[in-house]
Amino acid sequence: MNWINAIVQGVMLGGVYALFACGLSLMFGVMRTVNLSHGDLAVLGAFLVAVLAAAVGISPFFAVLLVLPVMGLVGVALQRGILSKALRTGGMSSMLATFGLAIVLQNVLLEIFSADSRSLEVGSLSTAGLQLGSSVSIPYLGVLTVVVAVALLGGLQLLLARTGIGRAIRATAADADTAELVGIDSRRVYAWAAAIAVATAGLAGAFFAMRSSFSPSMGPTQLLFAFEVVVIGGLGSLWGTLVGGMVLGVAQTVGAQVDPRFSIVAGHAVFLAVLAFRPQGLLGMRRSRT
Amino acid sequence: MSLLTVENLEVRHGLLRAVRDVSFAVDEGEVVAVVGANGAGKSTLMRAVAGAHQPAEGRIGLDGVDVTAQRAHDRVAAGIALVPEGRRLFADLTVEENLLVASRVRRPGPWDLAAVVAAFPLLDGLLKRRAGNLSGGEQQAVAIGRALMTNPRLLLLDEVSLGLAPVMVDTLYDSLGTILSGGTTVLLVEQDLGRALGVARRVLCMLEGRVVLDEPAGEVTREQVVEAYFGLSRAAVPDRATAATVQEEPA
Ligand SMILES: Nc1ncnc2c1ncn2[C@@H]1O[C@H](COP(=O)(O)OP(=O)(O)O)[C@@H](O)[C@H]1O
Ligand SMILES: [Mg+2]
Repeated sequence: MNWINAIVQGVMLGGVYALFACGLSLMFGVMRTVNLSHGDLAVLGAFLVAVLAAAVGISPFFAVLLVLPVMGLVGVALQRGILSKALRTGGMSSMLATFGLAIVLQNVLLEIFSADSRSLEVGSLSTAGLQLGSSVSIPYLGVLTVVVAVALLGGLQLLLARTGIGRAIRATAADADTAELVGIDSRRVYAWAAAIAVATAGLAGAFFAMRSSFSPSMGPTQLLFAFEVVVIGGLGSLWGTLVGGMVLGVAQTVGAQVDPRFSIVAGHAVFLAVLAFRPQGLLGMRRSRT
Repeated sequence: MSLLTVENLEVRHGLLRAVRDVSFAVDEGEVVAVVGANGAGKSTLMRAVAGAHQPAEGRIGLDGVDVTAQRAHDRVAAGIALVPEGRRLFADLTVEENLLVASRVRRPGPWDLAAVVAAFPLLDGLLKRRAGNLSGGEQQAVAIGRALMTNPRLLLLDEVSLGLAPVMVDTLYDSLGTILSGGTTVLLVEQDLGRALGVARRVLCMLEGRVVLDEPAGEVTREQVVEAYFGLSRAAVPDRATAATVQEEPA
């Protein structure tokens, strides 16, 4: 039964990882760039939610709803101020630029909030759950996280696959110059993609902060996990990102069940195994061009 | 009044002046062919008119409105559509998606999915196929159809017959015939001089970035165009002809 419980907990953890990876996956899919400040933007989101909830005295869930549009604007600023120029320069410059932003963000957060860990109080929800038998418990917060992750990633996937806006985004991702020639404002598409990506990073940060303590320095670790999730699931597939999140979460909790020291290592091992045996990811397709 | 006016246009690629001091106008409903050797600057001119490449100097006007500062998608909304050289389809999108993605500008007009399929019967039954898997001719039909989906007032066609079998070129030009006779203003780049003189009412010849000939198609002989094409009327350079045929087509 402990193993079943480990898997259940892994799926819940996977929900958070999938949320973390969602924006990274989207930004890679649309802008073909890896945003190295993604993890620190998630931490920024967590702090904004914590500060707002404490200052106004509202529930963190309500604070999240207010912080999401702010994070969206941060995404637009990131795109307009940093990425658009760096993407035009090409090569590594966009990754270097976001790496720089990551360091700045981390240090600003450290300066303001100190290195202390803190957590986001959600009252009884943090411990409440459904007890199944003697050893399996399903925390409500975990279920909520998974539901939000499935809705978000599934919703975005459907948006991309089925709607006119989605077509315009995919066309821009494939060839922005030509998208302009059929009437698509590619800069606006990029700005929207960045807004959604950063807002979901903030959402992931908030959900993470509700289940465990957080501090200004945790960004890079979350970025690494998100990166692993995207690669495990397959670049450019949002369903893959959801699956990748679950796989990484389960790998970590099952690893911890073997021995608590194996938790993180087990996750990395699965990541490396996917890279070695299925480099396009579990749900990824080999990309092709004309 | 002219639909398209180009005045003293200069377009550069870095230091290279690919289009130099080009001026011409195209009337509403007119079909104008642009000919010239490889590297003469035809594609650069077309891309500058479409807004894909910002000119260094000069002015581009559409129906009296200066569009020089407008970005490409705004010019599409204003009624300029380019079928780019090399087709440039969205390979991972289906044929239908390639066509529909161009209808988001919502310009009113006769062109929609059904009209495009009717004009290019070879696309019938291919709508759900991935565009990257089509033959060259089918891809070219999609590229033209995609431009038409924006319901342009001015259609720019850049070497639609490039790399296609002659039979396929005939099929495409048959379809284009209906479009050309439908009143759309067209500026087309065509390597095949006979074909260019056949469909166009006027022919512009470019040489090293300049327009060296601008005549009604009926009043110009093949020899005159060939002369302008190779710059033979200027101080004759013996190897000009061979130099001009050096290929530089992008993949
Ligand atoms: N993207 C580019 N970068 C640099 N030079 C270019 C580019 N595109 C075209 N050129 C150069 O500009 C000149 C005109 O090219 P182009 O407009 O493609 O001519 P054409 O279409 O008549 O063959 C050529 O010398 C070509 O090498
Ligand atoms: Mg050309």
